[in-house]
Amino acid sequence: MLIALFGAVESGVIYAIMALGVYLSFRVLDFPDLTVDGSFVTGAGISAILIVNGTSPVIATLIGALAGFIAGCLTGLLHTAGKINALLAGILMMIALYSINLRFMGQPTVSLLNESTLISQIQSAWASTGIDTGLNAVLQALGADRVPTTWGIFIVMTVLTVVIKFLLDYFLKTEIGLAIRATGDNQKMIRSLSANTNFLIIVGIGLSNALVALSGALVGQLGGFANLNMGIGMIVIGLASVIIGEALFGKKTITRVTLAVILGAIVYRIVVTLALRVDFLESSDLKLITAVLVIAALVTPKVLQARREKKRRLAKRAALVEQKEREASA
Amino acid sequence: MLKIEDVSMTFNENTPDEKKALQRINLELEKGEFVTVIGSNGAGKSTLMNVISGSLIPDVGDVYINDQNVVHLPEYKRSKMIGRVFQDPMAGTAPSMTIEENLAMAYARDKKRKLVPGVNKKRKDHFREYLETLNLGLEDRLNAKVGFLSGGERQALSLLMATFTEPYILLLDEHTAALDPSRAELITKITKDVVAKFGLTTMMVTHNMQQALDLGDRLFMMDKGQIIFDIKGEEKQNLTIKNLLDEFQRIRGKQIESDRAVLG
Repeated sequence: MLIALFGAVESGVIYAIMALGVYLSFRVLDFPDLTVDGSFVTGAGISAILIVNGTSPVIATLIGALAGFIAGCLTGLLHTAGKINALLAGILMMIALYSINLRFMGQPTVSLLNESTLISQIQSAWASTGIDTGLNAVLQALGADRVPTTWGIFIVMTVLTVVIKFLLDYFLKTEIGLAIRATGDNQKMIRSLSANTNFLIIVGIGLSNALVALSGALVGQLGGFANLNMGIGMIVIGLASVIIGEALFGKKTITRVTLAVILGAIVYRIVVTLALRVDFLESSDLKLITAVLVIAALVTPKVLQARREKKRRLAKRAALVEQKEREASA
Repeated sequence: MLKIEDVSMTFNENTPDEKKALQRINLELEKGEFVTVIGSNGAGKSTLMNVISGSLIPDVGDVYINDQNVVHLPEYKRSKMIGRVFQDPMAGTAPSMTIEENLAMAYARDKKRKLVPGVNKKRKDHFREYLETLNLGLEDRLNAKVGFLSGGERQALSLLMATFTEPYILLLDEHTAALDPSRAELITKITKDVVAKFGLTTMMVTHNMQQALDLGDRLFMMDKGQIIFDIKGEEKQNLTIKNLLDEFQRIRGKQIESDRAVLG
């Protein structure tokens, strides 16, 4: 159980990078970008095939992210220059990427099991530090009977995700970042303030997909393979993370939302892990669980809000009746 | 400062809905001139504004700003030189962003946007100073989201954002029409103040004849895509609503009918 949860948090931190990308397109630019399903695989596939062919894992991962950036820019171009509806532009790019990814990968699955990947490098570098023994001793003292094999991946990936979060926070407050946010908020206004909204959309969707592809590359290396179908439903998982995060942890400021999105991605993984341990649910039910989660995260806050409002009105009404009675008796 | 030469624009050409929105418009505004534009619906006022701002490209003709022909310059490039306030108070600001962020975006209008923070201590002080001139207490709410402001406050902010970088041209498109009378009066007063303060070359479209007479030093009356009446200086100062209506009747040989109520 503990190991399963640890695994959930570990992969949650990596998926959080993808969720930040989805946040950038879906929330900041108000652009429902379905490229994600394809660009996630692009990141995983290209980095995997490069690693298999002997490229250093760091470079391979960065090239994977770059490929995602290019794919996103193309979606942005379809939407701005081609004037294609945002949803359709994303779907077209997603479909095109399916073939493109297969071209790059050469086969539907690229195995990384015997390769030196970023993840295995972190693992071995970490093992030499000996921090694991200390952390696991603490866990065992707390009564855990089984302990994680390595803390390295979790800690290094958390640092990476947090660094990306802070970079994103900073970026969204720069002059260019403000213009990107305004593009999602009021395009007419920011155009009248001399911003090239088409360029900003292209760059914004590009960056979003770069994060998605980076996440894909890391997920592929963590799992030990890249598969042509590993991106199916990724956009929904990204949305789930954003929506769950916002519902649970608030969305008042940029810094707050980006943190909420990361936590949302982790919560999503934990919930899925727990759900799959329920006897009658099978791993093929994963997509259904995701859909139910998103629906719950969307509906619950509204229901709670409506209930609070009703309670408030009833209280006011009771107070009014009381006041009237007092006035009548006076 | 602003020169328009032979600009014509027809919508839905060669269809039953054909509309000659602008017919060979020629005009020239001196630096610092403030012209008010009146005319009934469909007279071509908004089309003229859109041709100047770059939202529309005219069929023929040229638009010069500061002696540069801008007619083929895309809207976002032209808006380095043009400040604009729209009729809809929601249109000129980004609601989910804060007051200081909105001002920062306006501040970057005539510069190249960079990867440096949009808001810093120094700019904040600047913004506060500018906001104080509005007398709306907005200087104490720099971190409030603009979506929480009232229509009048948002329009005042839009006006500030359109003007404080001192653009070559200021375009006001019925920017008080959606406000209640007291707010409209406030915005009119602020308009007068900022235009005078920065000496902005301004073109203001209005449906309110009194406002057109009170503000500015020049007046255009438009009808059917043409400027049919252009008056400035002392003559403009002595103009009354009755003069305007008579003038319209003299030129067009008919009374202003449908819009008379609105125009009064």
